Amino acid sequence: MTDIFFTAVFSENLALSFFLGICTFLAVSQRVDTAFGLGIAVIVIQTITVTANAFVYHALLAPGAWSWAGLPDLDLSYLALIAFIGIIAAMVQITEMVLDRYLPVLHRALGIFLPLITVNCAILGGSLFMVEREYTIGEAAIFGFSSGFGWALAIIAFAAIRERIRYSDMPNGLNGLGSAFLITGLLSLGFAAFAGAAG
Amino acid sequence: MAMREIRSALITNNPVTQQILGICSALAVSTSVATALTMSMALTAVLCTSNVIISSIRHHIPPSIRLIVQITIIASLVIVTDQILQAYAFELSRQLSIFVGLIVTNCLVLGRAEAFASRNPVGPSAIDGLANALGYSLILLLVGTVREVLGQGTWFAMTVFPLASNGGWFEPIGLMTLAPSAYFVIGFLIWAIRSKRRDLVERTGYGLRREELSDD
Repeated sequence: MTDIFFTAVFSENLALSFFLGICTFLAVSQRVDTAFGLGIAVIVIQTITVTANAFVYHALLAPGAWSWAGLPDLDLSYLALIAFIGIIAAMVQITEMVLDRYLPVLHRALGIFLPLITVNCAILGGSLFMVEREYTIGEAAIFGFSSGFGWALAIIAFAAIRERIRYSDMPNGLNGLGSAFLITGLLSLGFAAFAGAAG
Repeated sequence: MAMREIRSALITNNPVTQQILGICSALAVSTSVATALTMSMALTAVLCTSNVIISSIRHHIPPSIRLIVQITIIASLVIVTDQILQAYAFELSRQLSIFVGLIVTNCLVLGRAEAFASRNPVGPSAIDGLANALGYSLILLLVGTVREVLGQGTWFAMTVFPLASNGGWFEPIGLMTLAPSAYFVIGFLIWAIRSKRRDLVERTGYGLRREELSDD
């Protein structure tokens, strides 16, 4: 259990070693407080969607899932992609409505980030890794939480560094996107150095 | 017109280095040129087809549900591409792992569908899809080439620099096979492009003068 957590947060961080959700990572990291909001939203949605997708995959799509109905050879796993996208979109919508009804403060803080998350590759990637690594539903829930946590940690650290270097005098061509990539590379090296902690 | 579109998408308006679209899946598959080429071909096929399909039914999609329709079309195309790869190039498709599936959420595909194909005729949409796919492929192949040549001394599995372990002179750079190197290579690439073309550097939020700073 703890090894899934440490691997997903540090040595196999979704953003830094699998490049997932990098578009959002680079675009929404100008300030620490926005990065923090997005990070929390990713943790919540990632935990919910990976668990829900694991449930749907094992109950309906995995090879042999329909054997109780007399169809042991039915393999619907090719539908996983389109099912996951649908479930993610639905889950984001439901989370938004529940937050709006019961936790309006949180909804106001996370509101603008939730729709962004529907097409974030980190969310879909988490579910696809869950299938590829054959996690059970319990493992999937832990993996969902920890990979979201790792992504949030990475974007908050990155936003803090970016706030610091905002006024530094860099070569002209390196300003902006160029330096953002180099810093992400260094962050990625730093996170990879924690690989031993997973053992 | 078509040539100008393509030239603009290759450098000035390159989807990866300029619009930050679609890098999510691009970098992970750039450890070797062969996987980079396969990924480029898969993306080109999906992007062109989705642009053509979405553009040809653009008058029949109700605006309120157009995102869902677009994502469904893209997802179906990606499933087809993925199944074809698994059938005819199984080894490569294993190396590409989940990244072919992630073309669905590739911001480039949905971005072009939303920004261009949903309001332009079929012909220009096809050219737009092709041009952006070429811009994406160019960067992917460049990064793939740098990483494979420096990391393993080979290009398309052909020996370029004979390795020291096989009696040659080249000591491979281990970092190039790891994830961080993709960020470094693309960072330096952007630096090189923008040193040549000063007008491409973005201003917002980074300048030293007050009026250059925006609020976000």
